[in-house]
Amino acid sequence: MSEKTVYESLRESGLSRRDFMKFCGLLSGWMGLEFLPGVKALAATPEQVAEALMAKPRVPLIWLELQDCAGCTEAISRSQSPSLVNLVLNSISVDYQETLMAAAGFQAEASMRATMEKFKGRYVLVVEGSLSTAADGVYCAIAGRSGPDILREAAASAAAVIATGNCAAFGGLPKAAPNPTGALGVGDFIKDKPIVNIPGCPAIPEVTTGTIAHFLVMGTLPKTDRLKRPLTFYGHTIHDHCLRRPFYDAGKFAESFGGHGAREGECLYKLGCKGPTTYNACSSLKWEKGLSFPVQSGHPCLGCSEPNFWDGGGFYQAQSAPIDRPTAAAFGLAAGVGAALGAAMAGANGLAKRKAGKTEPAEPKKAAE
Amino acid sequence: MSPRIVIDPITRIEGHLRIEAGLDASNTITAAYSSGTMVRGIETILQGRDPREAWAFAQRACGVCTTVHSFASIRAVEDALGIKIPKAANLIRNMMLAQQYVHDHVMHFYILHALDFVDVVSALQADPKKTSDIQQSISAWPNSSPSYFADVRKKVQTIVDSGQLSLFSHGYWGHPAYKLPPEINLLAVAHYLECIDWQSQVTKIHTIFGGKNPHPNFVVGGVPLPIDMDGDQSLNAEKLSVIADSIKKLNDFVDMVYIPDLLAVAPYYLDYAALGEGLGSFLTWGEFPEGDIADTSKYVVPRAVILNRDLKNLIIPDPRDFDKMKEYVARSWYAYKGGDGVGLYPGKGETVFNYTGPKPPYKHLAVEGKYSWLKAPRWNETPMEVGPLARVLVLYASGNQATVGLVNAVLETLKAPASALFSTLGRTAARGIETKVIGDLLPRFYGQLVAEIKAGNTATFESSRWEPHTWPSRAEGFGFAEAPRGALGHWIEIKGGKIANYQLVVPTTWNASPRDHKDQPGAYEAALVGTKLAVPDQPLEILRTIHSFDPCMACAIHMFDADGRPVAEAGTGFNVVVEP
Repeated sequence: MSEKTVYESLRESGLSRRDFMKFCGLLSGWMGLEFLPGVKALAATPEQVAEALMAKPRVPLIWLELQDCAGCTEAISRSQSPSLVNLVLNSISVDYQETLMAAAGFQAEASMRATMEKFKGRYVLVVEGSLSTAADGVYCAIAGRSGPDILREAAASAAAVIATGNCAAFGGLPKAAPNPTGALGVGDFIKDKPIVNIPGCPAIPEVTTGTIAHFLVMGTLPKTDRLKRPLTFYGHTIHDHCLRRPFYDAGKFAESFGGHGAREGECLYKLGCKGPTTYNACSSLKWEKGLSFPVQSGHPCLGCSEPNFWDGGGFYQAQSAPIDRPTAAAFGLAAGVGAALGAAMAGANGLAKRKAGKTEPAEPKKAAE
Repeated sequence: MSPRIVIDPITRIEGHLRIEAGLDASNTITAAYSSGTMVRGIETILQGRDPREAWAFAQRACGVCTTVHSFASIRAVEDALGIKIPKAANLIRNMMLAQQYVHDHVMHFYILHALDFVDVVSALQADPKKTSDIQQSISAWPNSSPSYFADVRKKVQTIVDSGQLSLFSHGYWGHPAYKLPPEINLLAVAHYLECIDWQSQVTKIHTIFGGKNPHPNFVVGGVPLPIDMDGDQSLNAEKLSVIADSIKKLNDFVDMVYIPDLLAVAPYYLDYAALGEGLGSFLTWGEFPEGDIADTSKYVVPRAVILNRDLKNLIIPDPRDFDKMKEYVARSWYAYKGGDGVGLYPGKGETVFNYTGPKPPYKHLAVEGKYSWLKAPRWNETPMEVGPLARVLVLYASGNQATVGLVNAVLETLKAPASALFSTLGRTAARGIETKVIGDLLPRFYGQLVAEIKAGNTATFESSRWEPHTWPSRAEGFGFAEAPRGALGHWIEIKGGKIANYQLVVPTTWNASPRDHKDQPGAYEAALVGTKLAVPDQPLEILRTIHSFDPCMACAIHMFDADGRPVAEAGTGFNVVVEP
């Protein structure tokens, strides 16, 4: 085999065995995430990490962009730990990624094809953006091929599929009413592969890279909730760890942007915050090395890690307020549909919370032989 | 027909772009066709929603130029409803947008554009000592020692030796059009890697005021974060210090890495100072209001049109001019009631899907007919280029001192005539010049914000028109942003508290537009003609010119009727045609 392991590559780049074990210790510490409130430990020892990195060549990764805005690509480029540079130089080989790759045109396609053949059953497929299934796929064509055609082929030989962002996970913005292009989430289309969803708009960078890192080290996808979201990042709501939570408990609510309550940092529930029904790690991990997250910056949570959040009942309407779904009238739907959607969303969230601890882990799959 | 090459996907851009180009016997491009191949229907989705929420939907048009659609959207709603935002909120918005420019342009240069000029594999031949000498001669950037560059070279060597080239796989390495010596290639590769780490740490203005990046949060009427120097969650002295540090970190990289690199690389590609001009006509909507947004004379970047390189006679365009601002669909996959010969004002646009292209999988598009999901926007029936070159020319022509000084200095350094600005290299240089000009606005806006706070002007939100019952029954508005990629406009109509019509005309729709009713090509198509390809199946030269525009396709295509029926019959309420 001419392929080199991560360990061999690191040794050749001048890293000693001792340094390598230190690196594995750091990575396993990071995998444990013990310093984060509300984030469950993944329990990998330095030895397990070392074993994982020494046993394989760099894991190839194919990153498809379908109906996307590249926001999740931008996001992952801002991952703090592990950083994108670190991942790319040391752990993975990004063999197809339209926004970042050097090759274009048929050479880009050749790079993807080479990986699919050489690493059959061993590469990770990351998908960003929703899948348009209407009108023979003419709404998203790449290299003259339709989205469904490309996704079907790329998924067929993948070891695992990671759907990053709300669009790939649940259909996201393109699926918002009236879903003009027949957009779907990846899991609605690919049924025979282990899939993990990393919803968010965009996905939190460290949640995507953390899930990739979990796969590299453990060889499996992490345990997930019923919406296939990793429990470690989606086990609690924004509300559970929100720094404005004490104000909620005390019944102190900001009534207006810029008003007295807003200046005091009071709870944004009445301004429409969806934190209580939104499962994500914004309030625990935060953004840009813990600098802030939307609620901390004074804006209510939009609920962007939940299915159909774009139609969830109005970003500025308190969740217990009567729901006036604006699109209902315009699209000739029954007036109650919006309310039903909102209620369904809340119901689904409740169910997710109740079941979260009991769901089965995603089907384990070997990363490489 | 002459031989036609196809590049699809064009990578290192946002979104899905396809270029087909006809070549003559000498492999010179005789005609080029630019096609956008992905649509989502954002305007359709916006119909009937709360206008206060539109910014969130519109923002997702693009995650690379994140924020810019939010600006255009909240300004359109504020324009329609007559909302005047507080001074401090305007300054905070200006800082957010200025940060976006610096971050986005530097990212573009290194991550999306550099590999068109930099041969990564050649860097392996570099002498790190010589690279170190070059680095130390061009700037005071601290990462400059021979051992630093030796280490970078070793990293690249490790990747190449592994047989897994990752992002560098199947690149055009060794292509004869790569001209840089190995030492400068190594320098650029080092900064490519540094740029990824740098950019992950300098979106702090967005994160503080918007909670995250990409896709920070906005609010119609101001900004979400209150100012209270005695508060612990508001904008206070601690957060101001983080912002001040971040501004320095942003501008240090521009001053010590980006601009010196640009000037180190450009002399090897002066042939591109005479290639890739395109249209010679330019449009800006203007940006950075320093007073009332309705007063365009208080914008740092003026609102202007330049026709046929004429910098002496700037024209002020009116985005509400029904007769001049129009979109055409003669070569786009849409049908107008009035036929392919007419153009429509965006505020009164029609969008009926009319896909006549081949069914996937396909090899070629039928470029003689309709061939793109992009419409063809025109100002006074003339195609326009938008973006950094347009802005730098407008700033230069209107006597902006910083811009005049930088443009003249760059031309002098490269020993290039003024006409060199109208080219692929001119576009790439203009982006650098603009980054410096706008980056230097950040400390100015910061200082103005601190002065307002000291004067007690800490209001950040105008609440009087927040509740829908305070709105008129019908209102129209125009919102704009000079996005890093160029002039962006949103047109909104509000009826009964809901969005009745919403239209976007975005930078890449101007630049990547297909031909129009008069067979006039768009900016990309015009810019490629006359370019000679050294190796036709490795069309590096095409990538250089296309990337110099910094395409953003997801922005550019956003509307259509999925079923291909007239919208009234489809019954979706989509894109209702409003009679004037």
